[in-house]
Amino acid sequence: MTDPVTASVALGTPGPPVEADTTGDDGRPAAVPRRPRRRRLRLWIPLGVIAGYVVAGLIGPVLARYDPIATSVTDRLRPPGSRLADGSLALLGTDQVGRDLLPQIMQGARVSILVGAATLLLAGVVGAAIGILCGYLGGVVDAVLMRLADIQLAFPSILLAVFVAAVLGSSVTNVVLTLSITTWPIFARVARAQTLATKSRDFANAARTLGAGSWHIVRHCVLPAVASPLMVIATVQLGFVIVAEASLSFLSLGIPPGTPSWGTTIANGRDYLASAWWIATIPGLVLALFVVCVGVLGDELRDRSDPNLSTR
Amino acid sequence: MLRYALRRLAISALVLFGAATVVFFAMRQVDGDPAVNQLGPDADPAAVEALRREYGLDAAPVVQYVRFLQRAATFDFGDSFRLNDAATSLVLTHLTATAALAATAFTIAIVLGFALGALAATRPNGIVDRVVSVLSMLTQSLPSFWVGIMLILVFSRWLHLLPSSGAGSPAAMVMPAVTLALPLLSVVLRLVRSGLLDVLHEDYVVTARAKGLSETRVVGWHAMRNMLIPVVTVAGLEFGSLLGGAVIVETVFAWPGIGRLMTDAIAARDYSVVQACVITVAAVFIVINLVVDLLYVRLDPRVRESV
Repeated sequence: MTDPVTASVALGTPGPPVEADTTGDDGRPAAVPRRPRRRRLRLWIPLGVIAGYVVAGLIGPVLARYDPIATSVTDRLRPPGSRLADGSLALLGTDQVGRDLLPQIMQGARVSILVGAATLLLAGVVGAAIGILCGYLGGVVDAVLMRLADIQLAFPSILLAVFVAAVLGSSVTNVVLTLSITTWPIFARVARAQTLATKSRDFANAARTLGAGSWHIVRHCVLPAVASPLMVIATVQLGFVIVAEASLSFLSLGIPPGTPSWGTTIANGRDYLASAWWIATIPGLVLALFVVCVGVLGDELRDRSDPNLSTR
Repeated sequence: MLRYALRRLAISALVLFGAATVVFFAMRQVDGDPAVNQLGPDADPAAVEALRREYGLDAAPVVQYVRFLQRAATFDFGDSFRLNDAATSLVLTHLTATAALAATAFTIAIVLGFALGALAATRPNGIVDRVVSVLSMLTQSLPSFWVGIMLILVFSRWLHLLPSSGAGSPAAMVMPAVTLALPLLSVVLRLVRSGLLDVLHEDYVVTARAKGLSETRVVGWHAMRNMLIPVVTVAGLEFGSLLGGAVIVETVFAWPGIGRLMTDAIAARDYSVVQACVITVAAVFIVINLVVDLLYVRLDPRVRESV
């Protein structure tokens, strides 16, 4: 029941990541070769796009206020670029009750980023704590908790999410809870593997010999080694979490109707495919661009933090 | 080997029991009463009470739980509160529809995955490789519900080639199966590509080339054979996640499968159907995982020695 991808990520990073191409054999910085232009672009382009989404999500809803209950019969199903009755320009068209799509999508960006960040924070902290605990203590605690993680990872997370979301009911907090429940094992596994690799390394043993307690070793020896692979995993997971949120909202199990999320807007557009293709298409493209950028960034960060993991 | 199999079997049984217990008590935490749900909010309280008694919901939760376990042991999950049928037979008919969809998707993913992966690996960093790698990244990151809707838009609404929903004809299977296959396709493709790149420098491949065999025969026969086991193992494990993806795809294409049955049953608080669905799906997963694990142990001598 081991997931080969997470397992290899977990086992492949034995210590604080060292950028292989910037250090010589003796461990001192060698003459630093500049990264190829393409590699640098693979970092900065996605970062730029993601920053754009964050800005749009933060200030977009302030600039163009979205009113969830406003309707305008004359402006129904207008194609992108139409002038509306009040003289404003609907750059991305309007939906089935005449609401402008652009503010809806910016509001959706806000919801997605908020849910994504909150989920990763919660799942990351809880998962890391459990993983470190298991790795450090071993024994029964380790066996029970990790078996639970294995069992959970063997189930497809979307199915579990559908069930948990249905039990909890739909609200933003519950979506975060649901997705945290489905993602914590990934963080726990990585943290555990990393802890196992670190706790018996020379510097940790030295600290122990000098009389350091468990807490000190976890804080000063294990945590720094765990932090950076977890950041990489978090980036990789961000895309999955955002797609999962959109999927739950699409099934109307996620974000409640009053707050527009990309998933709900796409679900609305599904009924108007023949007359208004843009309602379902545009939020999907916006979501896809974001997820692809997060994916590229995650891969690039993983390749940089551990050259052995390079997939190409 | 036998001891390993028995141990895995015991754990599986425990997991199934755990899943049954969790779903039983979790469903009873959900807001909304099945009887009220069925009769409407303005129903006569006496009628609601009578219906609750008919469903056995008036007993204490523990009593209901014991009754549920006793019946579940004989594959009897009670009658649906909503549809006029036994939960077990509902689940079985819907499971068949999902299995047909998943099997088709699995075949598409394996066949296309091997073909495209081999094509990409023969010329690393060539044009084909780049196109394939971009496509695989896209198929992995695009949300499947949106891909499905886009397919409907293009092939049903614009081109009028394929039906957008239902399960009547083979044509109706095309779009749901493709949508479901895409994420798995990208997994298979990457595995085949990286696996082939690893072995293409091995001595036996060089020997095969030196013998003057055609490149097609070298890649398609000598190199490919060595990768079948790992790829099929991972793909087998991923078969489970196909069933997960089916929940979304079935909703988009109105496919009468178990995923849709479950989401509808959850929404209607149809306890018996939800329980039957969850337990069935859990059982399917456990069996798939068990079979793949045991096969893997069986096939790989190194692993066989260690258990």
